[in-house]
Amino acid sequence: MTPRTAELRRQSLAAEPCLSGERARLITEFYQANTGHYSVPVLRARAFLHLCQHKTLYLGEGELIVGERGPRPKAVPTFPELTCHSLEDLQILNSRPKTWYRVDAECLELYERTILPYWRGRSMRDRMFAELPSEWRAAYEAGLFTEFMEQRAPGHTVLDDKIYRKGMLDFKRDIAAARANLDFLDDPAAYAKREALNSFDLSCDALILFAERHAALARELAEREPQPQRRAELERLAAVCARVPAHAPRDFYEALQSYWFCHLGVITELNGWDAFNPGHLDQHLWPFYQRGLADGTLTRAAARELLECFFIKFNNHPAPPKVGVTAAESGTYTDFANINLGGLLPDGADGANELSHILLDIVDEMHLLQPSTNIQLSSKSPDAFLKHALRVVRQGYGFPSLFNADAVVLEQLRQGKSLEDARAGGCSGCVEVGAFGKEAYILTGYFNLVKVLELTLHNGVDPRTGNALGPQTGAAASFATYDALFGAFGQQLRHFIDLKIRGNRLIEQMYAQEMPAPLLSVLIDDCIARGRDYNAGGARYNNTFIQMVGLGSLTDCLSAIQHSCFNGSPVARLELADLVAILERDFAGNEPLRQRLLHRTPKYGNDDDRADTLMRAVFDACFAAVDGRPDARGGRYRVEWLPTTCHVYFGSVTGAMPDGRRAGWPLSEGISPVQGADRHGPTAVLKSAAKLDHVKTGGTLLNLKFAPNVVSSDEGLDQWAHLVRAYFKMDGHHVQFNVVTAETLRQAQAQPEQHRDLIVRVAGYSDYFCDLSPELQEEIISRTEHGTLGNAK
Amino acid sequence: MSPRATLAPTDTQLDPTAALLAGQPGEQRGWIFNIQRCSVQDGPGIRSTVFLKGCPLCCAWCHNPEGQAPQPELIVLDTRCIACGQCRNACAFGQAWDAAQPPRPPAENCALCGECVAVCPTGARQLIGEHRSVASVVAAVEPDRIFYDESGGGVTFSGGEPLLQPDFLKALLEACRARGLRTAVDTCGFACTETLLAVAQRADLILFDVKLMEEAKHRQYTGVSNGPILENLRALDRVHKDLWLRVPLIPGINDDAANLDAVARLALGLTGLRQISLLPYHRAGALKFRRLGQACALADLEPPSASAVERAAAHLRAFGLEVRTGR
Repeated sequence: MTPRTAELRRQSLAAEPCLSGERARLITEFYQANTGHYSVPVLRARAFLHLCQHKTLYLGEGELIVGERGPRPKAVPTFPELTCHSLEDLQILNSRPKTWYRVDAECLELYERTILPYWRGRSMRDRMFAELPSEWRAAYEAGLFTEFMEQRAPGHTVLDDKIYRKGMLDFKRDIAAARANLDFLDDPAAYAKREALNSFDLSCDALILFAERHAALARELAEREPQPQRRAELERLAAVCARVPAHAPRDFYEALQSYWFCHLGVITELNGWDAFNPGHLDQHLWPFYQRGLADGTLTRAAARELLECFFIKFNNHPAPPKVGVTAAESGTYTDFANINLGGLLPDGADGANELSHILLDIVDEMHLLQPSTNIQLSSKSPDAFLKHALRVVRQGYGFPSLFNADAVVLEQLRQGKSLEDARAGGCSGCVEVGAFGKEAYILTGYFNLVKVLELTLHNGVDPRTGNALGPQTGAAASFATYDALFGAFGQQLRHFIDLKIRGNRLIEQMYAQEMPAPLLSVLIDDCIARGRDYNAGGARYNNTFIQMVGLGSLTDCLSAIQHSCFNGSPVARLELADLVAILERDFAGNEPLRQRLLHRTPKYGNDDDRADTLMRAVFDACFAAVDGRPDARGGRYRVEWLPTTCHVYFGSVTGAMPDGRRAGWPLSEGISPVQGADRHGPTAVLKSAAKLDHVKTGGTLLNLKFAPNVVSSDEGLDQWAHLVRAYFKMDGHHVQFNVVTAETLRQAQAQPEQHRDLIVRVAGYSDYFCDLSPELQEEIISRTEHGTLGNAK
Repeated sequence: MSPRATLAPTDTQLDPTAALLAGQPGEQRGWIFNIQRCSVQDGPGIRSTVFLKGCPLCCAWCHNPEGQAPQPELIVLDTRCIACGQCRNACAFGQAWDAAQPPRPPAENCALCGECVAVCPTGARQLIGEHRSVASVVAAVEPDRIFYDESGGGVTFSGGEPLLQPDFLKALLEACRARGLRTAVDTCGFACTETLLAVAQRADLILFDVKLMEEAKHRQYTGVSNGPILENLRALDRVHKDLWLRVPLIPGINDDAANLDAVARLALGLTGLRQISLLPYHRAGALKFRRLGQACALADLEPPSASAVERAAAHLRAFGLEVRTGR
C-alpha cells in the first residue's frame, strides 16, 4: 500500500455503518410528484435520473477513484419502494449488538413523517405479502424456506467486458437502433418495448449526468486546492469523469472509474442481491494495463495504487440492511461482490495474467472484508497461480475461494449456453454460476431440507407449532421400510418445492411488471436487442435458483434412521416411532442414544458409501423436484447448494433430529459434512462431496478448515494444491478453506476488541469473526480441524 | 526400559502367523492398527499410511505406543467418555471394574472380547489391532488413488514395525505394485537382513529411521542395539536407490551436535540417500500412552522449539545434505 491507500483503508475500516435517509427522501418526493404520469419503466428510469441529479456527492481527501452510493463512506441508503423499514426496524438496526447500522434522530423523523406514511402498503414487500397464498406464508413462517426478493430486488448479476468497449453514448445508439426497428403494426409488444427502450435510454443519460456532476465537483475542488500535486490529481479525475462512462475508456484509470460508475448506478437504481460485480477484472483490465505500460502512460506502481483505491470503494459499501427473518439468515455487512481471477478466455485459453497476481497481492496486503475474490482454476491454470492463491488463503482471511473453471463451463453448457458465453462466465455471490453480462440468474431463497424430514416424521405437522403444513404422508409408525419413509419424504419435498415456486411466480411477475431495472438492462445482453427489461426476461439467459440447505445433516439423519430403525439387527432395533418420541423430548434422558447416533452411525463426509448413497438419493430427489421447471422470465428453475448463514436460522426452527443434533442447533452448511462428523481427513471429505453430481447444479459450497501448521511449509502447500486439483478432477465445483486455529478463535471470542480484524470464511463468503453470532462462532470453532494427531482416530 | 529383543530377530521368531499362513498369498492376513488417509509426512505426495502392529523397539518417545505390542489392545479416550456405564454392564467381569473414570477392566480378566467397545455410544472405547487380509487393506487404500496420482503419492507401510510381519508386508507390497500404486516402507531397521532386502525389493521407497548413533544410548532409549540397524542400512544402500533417513528430534536425547554429526557422517556414506527428514518430538505419544493406561517415560518433555528444529536442520545441511523438517 502507498501512504494514500493505507490512509484510505484506515478511514474505510474506521467509518461506522449508518443509514442515510437521503435516497428514501428523494425517491419519495419523486413518486409523490410523478406517479401516474409515465409508464412504469419510464417512471423508474426518471426516478433514477432524479437520484443521480440530486444525491449528495462525496469526494474524499486523497481519493483517485470516486463515487459513493450514500452521502459518505458506509452511509447506506434505503429502498422504501421495495421494503419499507418500520420505526421499530430502524431502532433494532441502530441498537443490535452485531452488524448494526446507526440511525440518527433526523432519519427516524424522516421515516415517521414522510417515508412510512407514503410507502406503508405501497412497498413491494407489503403488497407481496398481501398477495401470497396463506399456505405459502405458513410454510415461510415455519422456516421451510426463505424468500430473497421480499426485501431486495432480483440481482446476482455480473458484468462482462462490454463497458470497456462501449460507453453510454454507444449504448444510446444501440437503443435508438432497436427503437427504430420496432414494428408497431405486427408486434403486439411494440409499445411495451418502446417504453422499455425509452427507460434504458434515460438511464444512460442519468449515469452520464452522475459522472459529470463528479467531474464538476473535482474541478471545483481542484481550483481551491493549494497543493499542486493534489490539484493535478483532481484535474485528472475531472477529465476522467467527464469522459467515462459516456465514452468507452481509453486507459487503465478510465476503465476502473467507468466500472465504478456503472456499479454505483446499478446499486442505486435498485438494491439487487449481491450488489454488482466486475467479474473477470484481471482479464478486462489486461489490454489497458499492457497498453499503458507499453506507451509509458502507466507504471506498475500506479496501476496497483489505482486498484487499491478501487478495492477500498467496495469496502465502503456495506450491504443494505435487512430485517426480520433475513437478518438471521445473513447477518453480515458484506454485499457479496466477488471478483473472479484467472479462469478461461472465451477462446478457451488460460485467462490468468500478471494482473491476476497483482490482485492476489492486493488481497493479501489489504485484507478487506469487501470485495470478495475467488480464483477460477482450470486444468490449464498454472500451478504458480494456484499456489499464489493458496499462500493468500493461508493468511487465514478466507480469500480467495477456489472454483473449478472447467466444471463451471460444463454446468453452463448443460443449461444450454454457448461455449464462449460459458467460458466468459464464472462465479458470483457465494458460489453461483452465471454467464457474465448475459444472464439473469436469480436466487429465490434457501430451502430447509431437514425441516422437510421433520414434517415427514410427523405426518405433515410441524411439531414446533402443531400446525399442519404438509400433506398427510403417514405417521412414523406406519413406515414398514426405509424406502417407504424416503418415499414420504419425497412427497413432502415436492409439496414444499411446489409451494415455493408458486410464491415465486407471483413475486417474479410483480418485479417484471412493476419494478424494472433500466440501467442494469443496458448492461446485460440482450435486453436492448429484445426491448425487454432484465427483470422481465430480457437477458440472453435466464435461470432461477433454489438454494438447498442441510444436505449433510439430512444425509446423516437418513443414515441414522436406516441403520438404527431398519437395517440394524432385530434385537437392537429401535422403532422409528420411539425415536420420534425421543426427538420430541430433545433426547432428554437419552444421552447415550444421542451419542450412539452421533458416533456409531455412518456419516456423510467419510467416503463411506453407506451414507454417501443416501446423499445421492437426496440430491436426485431435489434435482427432480426443481430442475427444468419454467420460471416467469422464460428460463428454468435449478438447484444450488449454499447456505450463506441460513443453516443457523434453519437449525433454530428445527427440532432434535435422528443424526443426534439437538433442537435448535445449526444444520450443516453447503455440501460440507455435519460439523465434526468427518473423521477421516480431507481426502475422504472431498471424495464424499465429489459423489454429488456438481455439473447438474448452479453451484455447490464446500468448506474445509485447516490448522495453519498443515499448510505452513512449502510441501504442505504443494499437497494442499494437489487436494484442490484432485477435487476439481472429480468435477467438484468449489472449495474454500479456513486456515486458523481454534485457540485463536477462542481468544477472539474472549477479547473481541483485540481481534476485530479477524476474518474467517463463513460459508461462501468471509466475515469478521467478531461480528458473527455466538452460535456461528461456536460452529466455526467446532468445524473439524484437519491434520490433527498422527493416529488418533 | 526392558529390552524386548537383544539379538537381530528372525522371521519365525517374531511373526508366528507367517508360518501359519505361508503359501496363501491372496488370503494373507496380518495385524494392523490404523490406516491413515491424507498422510503427508510419510513419503512424497498425498499418501495412505498403513500401520502394522508390533514393534521390536520400545522408544521412550514413541508417538504410536498403541503400535508396540503385537496383540490387540483396548484403548479408552477419556475425552469422549460420558460415564454412561454401558461398558461395565456389557462386561462379564463388570463387577470387578474399579470406579475410575473412564472405566477400565482389570488387565488380568480382560480377554479383549470387544463387548464393551461394541456398546460404547461415543466410540471412547476402541480395540486397537485388526487381523485383516491383504485384499481388505488394498481395498481401503484404493479410494484415494486420485490423490496419489495427482500428487505423486501412494501407500506407506509403517507401524509399529512392518518388518515384524514380513510375509504379510511382502504380499501387501506386491498387491499394490500389481495395481500400480507406489509404495514406501517406514522401518526402524531392526530385522533380519534378508527380510529387509526382500521387502525393499518390492517397495519404491524406504524410509529408514536413525535415532541415536551412540550404541549405549540407543539401548537405553529404544531397548535394542543399533548395531544390526546400521549394518542393515549399509546393506540396504547397496541394493536400493531410493532411501530417506528419518531422524526423530528428541530434545536433550539425540539433538546434540555429536549425534547430529554422526548421523551426517552416516548419511554421507550412503549412495541411495535422497533426503533426511527431521521429525520433531511431539506430545501425541504422551496422550496415547494415557489412553492405553500406560506410563509415558517422557511425559514432561517439551517439544523442541521451531528455532531448535531449524538449528538442527541447519547443522545437517552444513554437511551438504538435503534436509526436510516435519511438523
